[in-house]
Order: sequence, then C-alpha cells, then structure tokens
Amino acid sequence: MAMRYRKERLDRGIKVRCDDVFALSSYREALYLALPRLLPVAILLIFPLLKGVVGLYYEKALVITCAISLLALSWDLMASVGLLSLGQALFFGAGAYIAGYLNYAFKLSPVVTIPLGTLGGALFCTFLLLPVLRLRGVYFAIITLTLPLLLSRFIDTTKILGGGEGISGLSPLPNIWFELYVAIVAMLVCLFGFRRLINADYGLVLQGIRDNDRAVMGGAINIYRFKAQAVFIAGLAGSFAGAFMTHYYQFVGMPAFAMDYSILPLTAAVLGGPGTFAGATIGAFILVPLSEALRGFGTLRVVFYSAILIVCVVGLPEGIFHYMRRKYHQFERIREID
Amino acid sequence: MEERSILEVENLTKWFGGVAAILQVSFSLQKGELLGVVGPNGSGKTTLVNLLTGFVKPSSGKVMYQGRDITGQRPYKIAALGMARTFQMTKPFYQLSAFKNLIIPLYSSRVKRLRGGNYGNRDDVAIDLLEDVGFERDSFVPYKVASSLPHGYLKRLELARCLALRPDLLILDELFSGMSMSEVAGTLPVIERLNEEGLSIIMVEHRLKELFRVAHRVMVLNFGAKVVDGSPREVMDSEAVKTAYLGSEAED
Amino acid sequence: MIGSVIVYGLVSSAVLALTAMGFSLTFGISGVANFAYGAFYILSGFLVWMLLNYLKFPFVLAIVVTIGVVGVLGFVTYWTILLRVRGVALSEVIATFALGVGILELFRWLGFVTYEFTIPTFVKGMVVIAGVPLDYQRLFIIGIASALVLFLYFFTHYTRIGLAMRGIAQNERTAISLGIESDITAALSLALGSAMASVAAIVILPLGIISINTGYEVLLIAVAVGIVGGLESVPGILVASLILGYAQVITGTYFKSEWMAVVYLAAIVLVLAIKPSGLFGKFKELEERV
Repeated sequence: MAMRYRKERLDRGIKVRCDDVFALSSYREALYLALPRLLPVAILLIFPLLKGVVGLYYEKALVITCAISLLALSWDLMASVGLLSLGQALFFGAGAYIAGYLNYAFKLSPVVTIPLGTLGGALFCTFLLLPVLRLRGVYFAIITLTLPLLLSRFIDTTKILGGGEGISGLSPLPNIWFELYVAIVAMLVCLFGFRRLINADYGLVLQGIRDNDRAVMGGAINIYRFKAQAVFIAGLAGSFAGAFMTHYYQFVGMPAFAMDYSILPLTAAVLGGPGTFAGATIGAFILVPLSEALRGFGTLRVVFYSAILIVCVVGLPEGIFHYMRRKYHQFERIREID
Repeated sequence: MEERSILEVENLTKWFGGVAAILQVSFSLQKGELLGVVGPNGSGKTTLVNLLTGFVKPSSGKVMYQGRDITGQRPYKIAALGMARTFQMTKPFYQLSAFKNLIIPLYSSRVKRLRGGNYGNRDDVAIDLLEDVGFERDSFVPYKVASSLPHGYLKRLELARCLALRPDLLILDELFSGMSMSEVAGTLPVIERLNEEGLSIIMVEHRLKELFRVAHRVMVLNFGAKVVDGSPREVMDSEAVKTAYLGSEAED
Repeated sequence: MIGSVIVYGLVSSAVLALTAMGFSLTFGISGVANFAYGAFYILSGFLVWMLLNYLKFPFVLAIVVTIGVVGVLGFVTYWTILLRVRGVALSEVIATFALGVGILELFRWLGFVTYEFTIPTFVKGMVVIAGVPLDYQRLFIIGIASALVLFLYFFTHYTRIGLAMRGIAQNERTAISLGIESDITAALSLALGSAMASVAAIVILPLGIISINTGYEVLLIAVAVGIVGGLESVPGILVASLILGYAQVITGTYFKSEWMAVVYLAAIVLVLAIKPSGLFGKFKELEERV
C-alpha cells in the first residue's frame, strides 16, 4: 500500500481575509494589498534621485525602458479588444515625426510638440486604421505589419520630412529630471489608467468585443466605434513614446518606424502576459535592459526575441505576471491521500 | 392598420452559392403577437433570424420594422432599434460572472436613452434582470463565472441579455433546446408574461408542444420556403406540414 | 508604350499570382495562418544559393532539394509549433510571425545582405513580342504561374486531399467527424504552401538580388491578392493578380514609381470599403464568423 500524494494550491490566509473587503482589519492586510502596487512605483520614483550613485547609463536605459513599456501597454490595450498589432512602430513613428516636424519647422518647444505629437499621432493612426478595423484579427495584423514599412519607404522615396537622413538637431528636453520623471510618470499613468479602464464597465465591453463580438453587436453596441476608441487611446500611449524619444534623441528619421519598435513591445507584452498590463511593463523591464546589455550582438537580438516569443506563446501563454500573481496569492503543499 | 404591425417581411430571399437558404418568405407580425417558427432541420430558421437581425445580408427582399426599412442594416443598429435575439449556440462571455455578462447590453446607447441617462448601478439592474428570468436571487448563481454554469442557465442568461436591451421585438432562436423539462416549465411562464405585457415575440422552436400552447400564430418553413402560416390548430391539421415533418416529433 | 505596359503587366501579374498562391493555399483554403511565409520564400533563395556556392550542387539538384526541404520545414512548423496553439488566432499569428522574423533577421545577422546573393535564371536569352523585348525568364514565370494556378484549382476542387483542405477551413468539426484528419491535412497544406513559396522564389528571385526586406513585402502581396480576390477562391487569385499587376505597372509607367507600393494598400482599403469578402469570395466574409 503505497502512500499517494497530491499537490494542492490554496489561497494564502491573508488573501482570504482581504477578499472580504468590507473592512481591512489590520495594517498587515492593507500592506499586503498595497505593496505590489506601491513598491514598484516607489522604486521607480526614487531611482532617478540616485543618479550620482548609479550612473548615466542606467538612467538612459530607464528612459528607453519606459518608452518601450508605453508601446507594450498600448499593444496590450489593443489586444484586449481583439486587435492584434504587429506594428506598434506605426504609433511611435507617427508621434515622433509630428513632434519632430513641429519642432523643426515652427521652432515650438518640446513642452508643446510632445503633447501635439501625442495627439496628432494618435489621430493619424486611428484614421489610417479605421477602414481595417472590421477585419478579422489575422488580416488586421498583416496590415499593421506593413504600414510602418510602407510609411518609412514612402518618406524615403519622396524625401519629405527629411527623407532618408531624417531631421536632426532638434531641441533637447529641458533637463535630466524632466527626462526621467516625465517618462516614468507617463508610463505609470498609462499602466494604472489602462488597468482601471479594463476593469470598469467600459473595459468589459472591450473584452466582450474580443471574446464574442456578435453577442456584443446583438447587445446594440457599435463595436467599430469602441474599437476605434481603443485604438485612439492606445495610440496616445504609443505616440507619446515616439514624440518623447524624438526630443530625447534630438533626431527623427526612418528608424522611428523600425521593426524593433514593433517586435520588442510585442515580446514584452507576451512575455509578461497579454491582457494584464502589469505584465507588459514587467516584460519591458526585463527585456529592454537585457537588450541594451546585448547591444554587441546587433540583429541577433531580434532572433533572440523571436525565440522568446515562440517559447512564450507555445509554452507559457499566460505570461510571467500570472505566475507571479499566483505565487503571491497562493501557496502549494503536498497532501497525503488516504 | 399599418401601425399595428411591428414587422413586415416581403419576399425575403438568401442564396448561399447555389443553395437557397430562404426563398421568397413573406409574413407580418402584429404588435403583441407571439409568432412561432417551426420546420425540420435545415429549413432555414436560423438563417431567417440572421436575416431579420442583420447578421446576414439578404440577397433580395425587404424587412420593415416599426415602419422603417431595416433591410441589410448592421446588427447593432437593428438591436438599437429594439429587436433583440438569442443565439442558438450560446456564447456567453465565459470568463465573466453571470451578471457581468449583462453589463454589455446595459452599456449600449439604447439603454442609456431609454432610461433617461443615469439610472443607477448597472450591477443592480443586472441582478434584477437575472431574477426575472429565473436565477435564484439570494444564491451565488448570478455571481458564478459563466463557464461554470450548466446549459439551462446559459440559455436563460441569453434571454436576460436580450431583456437587458428593453426590446420591442424579441426573437428566440431555439431557446428551449437542451433545457430540461423543469427548466422549460420554469421559463415558459416568463415568456408568456413578457408577451402579455406587450412584448412581440418570434419563437423558433423544435419543442412543438410548448410552442403551440403560447403561440398566437405559427409559421412553418421547409427548404427555406414558407409552407403554412396560421393558428396552431390550423398548422397541426395541415397536410403539408405533416409531409414536411414526416417521421419527426410532430406526433405530439 | 502600350505594348510594353500590356506585356510587363502580364509579367507583373504572374509574379503576384505565384507569390500569393502558397499563402492562399494555407490560409485562405485551409485556414492555417502562416506568417513565416515570406521567410520561407527568402530562405528558399538563400538555400539554393548556398547549395550552389558552398556545396557546388548542380542547378537542378539544388532547386529540387530546396523545394523539398522547405516543404518539410512547413510540415514541421505545423507539427511542432502550430499544433500546440491551433485555434487561438492570436497565438498562431504571433508564433509564425516570430518564426518568420527570426529566420529573416538571422540571415541579416549572418551577413546575407550584399550584392553577390543572386541565383541564376533558368534560361538565358530573350524574345521580342509585339515590339517589346522580353527575356525568357519572365516568359517562364508567366508559364509557371499559369500552370500552378490551374494545378491549384484542380487540386482543391477535385482531389481528396485538396477538398479536405477546404473542408477544415470551412468547418473543422464537421470535417473531423467525416474522418478527415484535421491535423495531418493542415500540416500538409502548410507543407504544400511552403513548397509553393519555394517554387515562386526560385523562379522570381533570379530577376534581381535576394533582399531580406522582400520577405516582409511578400506577406503584403499575398494578403493583398487574397483580400482583393477573395481568400478561398482560386479564380480570385487569378483576377486579383491581374488587377494588381496591371495597376502596379501602370502606376510605375505613367506616374511616379514610388507610388507602386501604395497600390497594394489602396487596393486593400478599396475592396474592404466596397465588398469586404473580395471579388470572388462567397462564404467567408472577413467580418463574419459563422
């Protein structure tokens, strides 16, 4: 008679007590709920202050990470409504070029061009994608893949907006605090904002469109209007990243539409867990520093991302964030079966 | 005379390749009437529902709803005008809890308009709706995730989803299929009551006994064409119907 | 001028048809999304080059081996990756897309980007048709394209396997219940589609150098042809290729050649606005899911 065992997963005691959120009866419970949210925010806000200790390199990496995070968040929002985008670079490039051009032609300061670039980029991309919103996921994906390529080729051959060389010598951002904090705050606003959005009734409609759009249509809702709104909101995040980075690099050119800005956010979001937003951010914070460290390998990094994508999609479709959350809320133990 | 009919269908036809799924079907529905639609499998009943509600564009013909021409319009526009339908293969939003499934129609512009803007908590309205269709109020059932609900509940959820829209015309596509006898016995009075309160209803059904009890009129389809259209008694006695249903459960 | 437009338009259409066919087979007809299609196309070109230059294979052997290898690669792709994510459209797309990008960028990193990467034409020499000079290779392309279109039509309408492929696209459950092995059929359609990509590459790539970015453009072409013609229809591929091919050549001849790439996008948007299921598409409207 061999002993038989089985593995059990149970909610942690503190989680069970917290679930009945009529009254949090202790600071410990409040901390349990708040910590996962407050800790990363605190770290991010304090990090720039350590500039002297940590060095410029890490500050730079942080800014780029925030930009990719924004793109990953924007991807995640679109995925939450069922629109699979293989070309986030579209938003990035649109915002980048609008901000860059306004700065170059009209000498407007970054404080003006960045918001205008954000809004303009989002509007432009939404209008561009409007006719293809009704497509099934796969076709939409291909169009998004090719739009950045087409746009960059168009700019190259018609030589507008700086053509192949791009526009350089643009105004820099006011100071380093601005650089760091605006990026961080923008990312946090999008992260928590999108999470709020998706959990509200509006977000339910979006998810409904993703899961079962015929039923949503039967519920007298114009799904195309909601899809367009989702694209616009996602576009704001993506175009902001582009507009911001234009002034960070003080340059805008065809690389703004590069595949890297499409693949990296996609990989980050899939790695972290599609639909969770927090996952997209975590994925970005893992991948971008890694990618910066592997700079020497050049294009091989993209091959690396592809491998990660395949592994994640096939083996870990829920992403890292779900795993982390489960570990936080539940514990496992082995029980004997009699 | 025009004002009393809520739905007028003229020579509706739909071809799928070389096959006529619906062929020259015409009928009208009066306000407050309950029309049953029956026919053997493949007779085009679901296609008819799809055509009326805009999910499929007709090849020819006209559909007039409340006096306006809605032929070929988008499904959400038609639903916004007050025509709600259930789906034969229930596809609820599986990851959401039962009452959250209703949030979506409650979010639509139609409901916003009807309730005059702010009407309080959608969640409360959703729970009330579920109670109306027979979910036990003080149980956990409305809060359970839709994927864990048995089939009969999912069907009732479909019905609740339609009612959330405050429709003027309700189209039920085989609502009772897959429901147990007791579930049907529990749901049928709900439908009767809705009809008595003035809701016009079209019921596509296979369960003829229950249907004939509540329907004012019955229309029989076979191979996409209308065979007969009259009171339940007339339909049951009709020779044409017996031929169409040769060997099936019309023996009831 | 007109003569050259007509002749080159025909060549262009043939190129488009050849390029799109493999993708249409797997996606339009069997419902399996293969975003690595462009990568397989370019891979075939490089494989032939490597066999010719590194292993000194004779030309015929090189192309036969390449077509075979890529076909097997398609099958293996399904069996290892797609099998596990079948049905979840998001994952299918991402997985094959990642594979495609991985392959293409790997070649880029390995340095396959200079002018020396060309593969030879089948036949040398030219002929003059209606006052228009046309090299034999382009004529050959037209021939192969026509042959394959006919083959595809008969295959999908009259052979057991071809019909099975259409079956699983339209209703997988029914197909399975009729004894069609959905997975093997899907894997075969992927294999066949990839092999067709290979054939297209071998015949078309000799016209220029093998450029890695073409890998991404091939996808756009395949989708444009599919959307304009109606995804599950072989006559649709034919007509769409003709339309797009001539549109391209006319734009290049009479307007600026930069606008040629825009032709695809414009065509897609136009078709979607007017008749979303494409010219010949019947059942599968892009928006509706049965």
